[in-house]
Amino acid sequence: MSFLPQIVFLIIFGLAAWILAKRVKFLNRNIHLGKGTTRNDQTDARWKTMMLVAFGQQKMFKRIIPAVLHLFVYVGFIIINLEVLEFVLDGILGTHRLFAPFLGGVYVAAMNFFEFLAIAVLLSCVIFLIRRNIVKVPRFTKPEMKGWPSMDGNLILIIEIVLMLAILTMNATDQILAERGVEHYLALGGLAFSGLIQPLFEGLSDMQLIIVERAAWWFHIVGILGFAIYVTYSKHLHIFLAFPNTWYSNLKPKGEMENMPEVTNEVNMMLGIPTDNPNEPPAEIARFGAKDVNDLTWVNVLNAYSCTECGRCTSECPANITGKTLSPRKIMMDVRDRAEEVGKSMDAGGKGLEDGKSLLGDYITKEEINACTSCNACVEACPVNIDPLSIILQMRRYVAMEESGSPAQWNSMFQNMETSFSPWKFSPADRFNWAEKVKEEEIK
Amino acid sequence: MSNYKVPTMAEMAAKGESPEVLFWVGCAGSFDERYKAVTQAFVKILNKVGVSFAVLGPEETCTGDPARRAGNEFLFQMQAVANIQVLNGYNVKKVVTACPHCFNTIKNEYPELGGNYEVIHHSQFLQQLINEGKVALQGGGEFKGRKITFHDSCYLGRANNVYEAPREVIKALDVELVEMKRCKTKGLCCGAGGAQMFKEPENGKKDINVERTEEALATGANTIAVGCPFCLTMMSDGVKNKNKESEVKVYDLAEMIAKDMGI
Repeated sequence: MSFLPQIVFLIIFGLAAWILAKRVKFLNRNIHLGKGTTRNDQTDARWKTMMLVAFGQQKMFKRIIPAVLHLFVYVGFIIINLEVLEFVLDGILGTHRLFAPFLGGVYVAAMNFFEFLAIAVLLSCVIFLIRRNIVKVPRFTKPEMKGWPSMDGNLILIIEIVLMLAILTMNATDQILAERGVEHYLALGGLAFSGLIQPLFEGLSDMQLIIVERAAWWFHIVGILGFAIYVTYSKHLHIFLAFPNTWYSNLKPKGEMENMPEVTNEVNMMLGIPTDNPNEPPAEIARFGAKDVNDLTWVNVLNAYSCTECGRCTSECPANITGKTLSPRKIMMDVRDRAEEVGKSMDAGGKGLEDGKSLLGDYITKEEINACTSCNACVEACPVNIDPLSIILQMRRYVAMEESGSPAQWNSMFQNMETSFSPWKFSPADRFNWAEKVKEEEIK
Repeated sequence: MSNYKVPTMAEMAAKGESPEVLFWVGCAGSFDERYKAVTQAFVKILNKVGVSFAVLGPEETCTGDPARRAGNEFLFQMQAVANIQVLNGYNVKKVVTACPHCFNTIKNEYPELGGNYEVIHHSQFLQQLINEGKVALQGGGEFKGRKITFHDSCYLGRANNVYEAPREVIKALDVELVEMKRCKTKGLCCGAGGAQMFKEPENGKKDINVERTEEALATGANTIAVGCPFCLTMMSDGVKNKNKESEVKVYDLAEMIAKDMGI
């Protein structure tokens, strides 16, 4: 019967792995609802960007308080996961503190460091909860944050706090048992932080302590597995996707808009400019610009899944600052929500993309995309190099080129440009008039 | 004494000459009543310093930037490809422009359509002239000791990482440069980019140029320096909106340098 916990552990672990694999497949397919695009050039620059921006948290440090708190949670997450490795091996092998005998003093030092991180994570999460719910930092209270997005944010913080409390409880009870000389438990010579809560458990019998210790152990490891699955349904997916997302960053100057080569061919033909392949018929173009999620590139959709809804983009957006409906964060959330909707429908044998809905219209309005000044503040602000502007501009292309549905004043601007080669209605013959006055003046 | 000259590429080509640099004037520089003064100031500087330059004159057309940003890719490329044919026809190598939108488009977007030039913004060009000692500043002119704030244009700053050149130009004027709360990478748009210049803004609490002007006024500066025709219009309108036009002036960098040179 002593193998029972190991069997239970393996079943839970296997189940979690199976669910996770299914989720990863679902997300990968959703991201690839987007069109193909290649971003595999300049690999050195891409690695560098990823190391600086995702691993090194470079852009987080534009706002120092959340940056430091986030750093604690981030480092805590990465390093405490080393302990999870021991948890998993202990679970499979039926051992307890498998690494302790091999590492000796290093193990004790590591445990103390992990506990320090656990406390840092815990405190950071408490402060984050206060910022969200009591101080109400403005970017967390925008209209797009109502309901699930705000609940999601709070849930993650609460789960992390509970997981950290479980680690500390486990260590505290484990050490009381070790000090009492109970078999299997190794004395680590007093752990700095869980030692502080040991008095809470001193009154318990050995058996009660073992129950609390085991309960905390199971709670922590099952909690982590549950959290890993939860993450795939949550904005917290950024903990994984920030890495590929920064690797696939746009490395071109921010002001450069993606060219449409299929248009170039047509323009060259109209202007009588010889093209490379004059005999080749023009490529069939499915759609100009983007109306739905499949018109965007897969990098755009990856961006959407990497968004953790921190709202730094929106809080820097000039349109949003001055009360317009545009919120770059909402654009990213809409893209993800639409990809999720289409993906779920496809899995259920539903209509998928043919459900009569579209990203533009049902999720994002023209009023939103028309308000964008293309100033790149959102792109600059994003700590993981998400590019909401690319999506907005592709949608404007759809509205202008497929629907001819641009605002009337833009349509007159187009007309002026076609007829007098200037966005304003001036005669092209007057273009050089400004020089007359200068030519009459003497050089002083 | 001779008069200022504004040679066109066509005139130069007829004489078998080619200038060192093409000055791309842009639509605002050609037609906007207020901004024509900037074009004229820049041309005077070029004359005074003896830079070999020419303009396209009547052969120039819009780069297509607002059409592209508003979504009309077809119209953009029609403009761009036609412009590139003209520029390549004259074998242009180097382009200077005072408009960050023209600058960005010709620099970043024309190469893919066959137009490859060295493109610099007039703030960079002026900085070079000052550094090389070609522009002799008097330093005692109208701007001496004034408190000046510089408004970063999105298409110069964030879009192309040009933050220092305009500041160096201002500092050369012996003035006090003060920064707004939002500046450089965190600068706030004037509200005109992305073709917003050509339509009314969407409904909101406030217009973007008013928000930005309030920030500029909060520095206590009595001069707002800009390096973009759209920013010039938007900031000037903002100052008017706040009824401060008698105390606070909005100038382009080229105007400031020309004034300081006494031309």
